[in-house]
Amino acid sequence: MAANPMTQFEVYRIGPEIKIGTFDISFTNASLFMVISSLAILIIFNLGSKKNSILPNKIQLLAELSYSFVSKMISDTAGSKAKPYFSFIFSLFMFVLFCNMFGMIPYTFTVTSHIIVTFVLASFIFIGVTVIGFLKHGFGYLKLFVPSGVPVILLPLIVVIEIISYLSRPISLSVRLFANMMAGHTMMKVFGGFVISLGIVGGWLPLSFSVALTGLEILVAFLQAYVFAILTCIYLNDALNLHH
Amino acid sequence: MIKKIFFQSIFFNFFFLKEVFAAESGGMPQLNPEFWISQIFWLTLTFGILYIVLSKLILPKISANLELRKSQIQDNIEAAEKQRKDSESKIKEYDDIIFKSKLEAKNIFKDSREKVIKDINNKKETLENQINEEIKKAEKEIEVVKKSAPEKINKIAIEASSELVKKLIGAEINNSSISAIVDDLSKKNGDKYYGN
Repeated sequence: MAANPMTQFEVYRIGPEIKIGTFDISFTNASLFMVISSLAILIIFNLGSKKNSILPNKIQLLAELSYSFVSKMISDTAGSKAKPYFSFIFSLFMFVLFCNMFGMIPYTFTVTSHIIVTFVLASFIFIGVTVIGFLKHGFGYLKLFVPSGVPVILLPLIVVIEIISYLSRPISLSVRLFANMMAGHTMMKVFGGFVISLGIVGGWLPLSFSVALTGLEILVAFLQAYVFAILTCIYLNDALNLHH
Repeated sequence: MIKKIFFQSIFFNFFFLKEVFAAESGGMPQLNPEFWISQIFWLTLTFGILYIVLSKLILPKISANLELRKSQIQDNIEAAEKQRKDSESKIKEYDDIIFKSKLEAKNIFKDSREKVIKDINNKKETLENQINEEIKKAEKEIEVVKKSAPEKINKIAIEASSELVKKLIGAEINNSSISAIVDDLSKKNGDKYYGN
């Protein structure tokens, strides 16, 4: 039934069932939109970097503005040491942004509204940052859990809290993005359903609400991609510049 | 009792509703693990390819473009600065030349004016001297003429009067007697005619 606001999140197989061993890796609508988002990013940025003119054309300007935007974001939050991770954070930001934005088109699928996708991304970031931290500082990285200037009596409690907050980073990072995307899309679907059920007489109010929500959701789509990227930068900053 | 039944009905209603909802849609599709492996696989694949292509091919190009533009703009700014300095020095040179030539022109004008004035003065002086000399000469001549004039007049008067007397009377009179009379007359009238 189309009126159910959750049906939009259903994953279904496109094409034949592909299996490697016992694992089902069939091409689904989620895979389709991952491929579309990646391709769109590659096409846009390839066009934007193809020829270099002193006065950039629109697509070149877009590519260069996003480049300097992400570059500035990284240098502001994680400093100059984070330069080698620029392309990863750039790809991450663009991937999440494009997945969110493609989800805003009616009848599409929002890849980032699935907890498993955001959780895999967040876990990868978490594991990567932890590995970088231990490689850079050895066991000194554990000092991250011992903030300076804390009374000795409070120290055991603070260390436990710090460890819990550190371990919950992948969960908070993934759930933030997933919950935002799911809630927004569900709400839009609900208001869309109200338009149908209230008909021509009363449907205008939820319709106008739906229009306003679309604007809000586009803002949220950008904002969540930005938050995702900037939190990655902050975690990376903790691992690179240990100053607790 | 009624209250209890009411609350129970609400509670069971909620329970019942939830069951209906769950039966209808299967809850959140996100929590259905059927396609989790597939999603992880495709996410790794697409994101991996995206990351590799962006980091190896596209981002270095954009970075190079930005650097190139920056350096080009810097070069242009430097060139413009250099040209501005050049033109400033040229303007200074030009101003100097104009100032110098103005001074020169002033000097030339001054010199030539002084020269002309001197020339004029010299010429004036010589002319005045000449004129003075001429005047003096003329005055001398006049003086000479003035001095000799009464004698001549007397002579002419004597001759004319002897002539007149001859014609009137037909007799020759002694010149000395006539001259005596003429002298006498001229002495009487001399003051009247010459003023000195």
